[in-house]
Amino acid sequence: MVKTYINGVGSISAQKTFEGDFLEEIISNESENVIYAVQPSYKEVIPPASIRRMSKGVKMGIFTSNKALKEACIEVPDAIITGTGMGCVEDSDKFLKAILDNKEQFLTPTSFIQSTHNTVGAQIALGLQCKGYNFTYVNGAVSFESALLDAKLQLETSEANAILVGGIDETTQHTLDLYRLVNFIKNEKDQPFSVLNSNSKGVVFSEGSNFFVLENQQKTSSYATLEAINFFNELKISEVGEFICSFLDSNGIKIETIDAIVLGNNGDTQFDDYYTIASTLFSKTPQVYYKHLSGEYNTASSFGFWVASKILKNQLIPSAVKMNDLTKDNYTYVLLYNQYRGKDHSLILIKKC
Amino acid sequence: MGIISAIGNTVEENYNALISGKMGITDIEYIDTIHKNEIKVGEIKFTNQQLEQLLQLPQDNNFSRTAMLATIAAKQAVENAKIQDINECKTGFISATSVGGMDMTERFYYEYFDNESCRKYIKSQDAGDTTHNTAHYLGLKGLVTAISTACSSAANAIMMGAKLIETGQLDRVIVGGTDALSKFTINGFKTLMILSDTYNTPFDNNRKGLNLGEAAAYLVLESENIVKKNNKQVLAYITGFGNANDAFHQTASSENGEGAFLAMQKALKMANLDPSDIDYINAHGTATPNNDLSEGRAIIRIFNEDAPEFSSTKPFTGHTLAAAAAIEAVYSVLALQNDIMFPNKNFQTPMEEFNLRPITKLTQKPLQHVLSNSFGFGGNCSTVIFSKS
Amino acid sequence: MESLKVELKAKIIEVLNLEDISVEDINDNDPLFGEGLGLDSIDALELIVLLDKNYGIKLTDPKDGKAIFQSVETMAAFIAANRKK
Repeated sequence: MVKTYINGVGSISAQKTFEGDFLEEIISNESENVIYAVQPSYKEVIPPASIRRMSKGVKMGIFTSNKALKEACIEVPDAIITGTGMGCVEDSDKFLKAILDNKEQFLTPTSFIQSTHNTVGAQIALGLQCKGYNFTYVNGAVSFESALLDAKLQLETSEANAILVGGIDETTQHTLDLYRLVNFIKNEKDQPFSVLNSNSKGVVFSEGSNFFVLENQQKTSSYATLEAINFFNELKISEVGEFICSFLDSNGIKIETIDAIVLGNNGDTQFDDYYTIASTLFSKTPQVYYKHLSGEYNTASSFGFWVASKILKNQLIPSAVKMNDLTKDNYTYVLLYNQYRGKDHSLILIKKC
Repeated sequence: MGIISAIGNTVEENYNALISGKMGITDIEYIDTIHKNEIKVGEIKFTNQQLEQLLQLPQDNNFSRTAMLATIAAKQAVENAKIQDINECKTGFISATSVGGMDMTERFYYEYFDNESCRKYIKSQDAGDTTHNTAHYLGLKGLVTAISTACSSAANAIMMGAKLIETGQLDRVIVGGTDALSKFTINGFKTLMILSDTYNTPFDNNRKGLNLGEAAAYLVLESENIVKKNNKQVLAYITGFGNANDAFHQTASSENGEGAFLAMQKALKMANLDPSDIDYINAHGTATPNNDLSEGRAIIRIFNEDAPEFSSTKPFTGHTLAAAAAIEAVYSVLALQNDIMFPNKNFQTPMEEFNLRPITKLTQKPLQHVLSNSFGFGGNCSTVIFSKS
Repeated sequence: MESLKVELKAKIIEVLNLEDISVEDINDNDPLFGEGLGLDSIDALELIVLLDKNYGIKLTDPKDGKAIFQSVETMAAFIAANRKK
């Protein structure tokens, strides 16, 4: 069976991840219910003539994809596959607001053109002149996982040798205001915000972009191999254990074999029980969490994937992401579990290479 | 297969409309827009309340129009495939949409702040919410995801579904797409100045642009094993598909149709077919000046001067965006099942740039392989080949 | 006419988000598309709306823009001759 190697990564998040450090310096947050991605300077990567129309999501996507490609020494990938929950919501909002405020008059096309969910993938292709396969998945918290699965299948069937995969989401004021209305976002009153010791509904919301180059051959830059991935639309709390165990089973792996589990805990008390089940199952395994650093968004799990890849390459778990005190001398298998609001449950298994 | 479009609420109604030449493009009835009198659309003549009743949705549902259309079509597809227990084997659902719940977002955008009762729709803007609602309604528990690559979306959902079956990830997958009409897309295409003020006329020299439409359609794909085990009747096979990017412009297609050419080439290669094996093309043919020229040139590059019969069915349905490739997949299967090719309505004057002429009359011919094209913003180009069972 | 040209340059910079360019950088006869400012077909649609919104001039066929949008000079001349507001 052809293996899938993670050969390059690029991350923009609420932490200073764009330079490639592995969470050595942390920005901690207990007081903001929305945290924004730390922005790099884009001028070196995107020409001024193109940047003038780009939304934050597009810029983040181009920057991080560029970073991942460089690391893997790939100029033009065979395919570009992106995942995004809300898509280019900045331009969608801009266009919709213009329609409503101007009563459907004097509208210009730019924001409409850029409102489509596949704008990031398309802009990357346009920039690289990449005429290959170009897909965008848009299913909430498994948007990134869908892209990952697609890429893995294509490498295994030799349809492609090098694939750029990423998860991108941006925020807009209006959408954030709406999410506050329905308590998807934590209430200001519930400070200090915590992911692990939360007693309030909702999450700290955020944005970001994480890209990866997946290839069918090992390189000096390789982080890990992507072994397996599965996702499921909805599960009862009582079904999570079975979901995890049968996934491990089908990959011939036992709970004890997992050297670290990366959990998507986001501090929403309504849905935390799913993670409690998972962490109980892995009570003897080093546990990792990350959404206190990245915030929650539909493709936040791509940041989790970035963390997991870095753990295997560096063979260490930074203290900022440790959920328990357990450590190991060697990390071989890392499992990721994520869900959002009780839906879109995903499992990803990666292995040291 | 299941379908709801401007020309019918079932597969049978759609087929009857196609063979009797009954087009679905009309004036706007349900959407409140100042462009009402300037454009025509392919509208499904049900109000949201009527759709809710058809599906017997509970009072507190948060289904957008897009989700309701999806659910109607997906439910038909499941019934048509004679599925008793939707979770009896590893089953997935892959749906395409471009607008998602935009119809609700644009209605309540400001009202959300004052009126609590509409807030249930806040999360329905999320494309994934549409998919979740439909999957939940069907009782499906499994691999569920959504694709959005503008107007080629549903073709890509079909491809991903086929890939999941082929690689043994799933035994059965429901694939297709859905999009409801919205002020958002009407105004969007208006700003691009590619909406026709009359009926759309694909591949005509005097074409003036597209009519938007709304629709949903789904197909049930099953593995060889499941077909054998349940002694299923196969409607058609997906034998080839290809996706490529034009990498030319954010919205416009390249002059020589590079992306379209590559997509068709990949699909033919995968199906192990020569261009001459294709008996009929269901073209993307949106009737915009740019698309038809670019697609035509790509067809000539693949088929030289002897392209098979081709037509665009968009004069019937309008351009249904993310659903277009799904409804046209249903039409391609119907063509194969009945050995019939559907007319390219409203065509009068051949284009001056080349000699291609679509078929304008309902035509009978034994069909083995039908090729269907779909292209979208961001240079996204997709081709799927359907073959007789 | 001169003031119309200056106003027009400022508006073009604003609606097209030409961040690094100032009014002084644009000469009256510089080509707007291709070699000159490097505008493209999406910008052309933006300019059509600019004509409508600011000067009450409606173009229905994007092809008509080609001659009008050659330069600030040609645009200003067209506006002066056809403006409704």
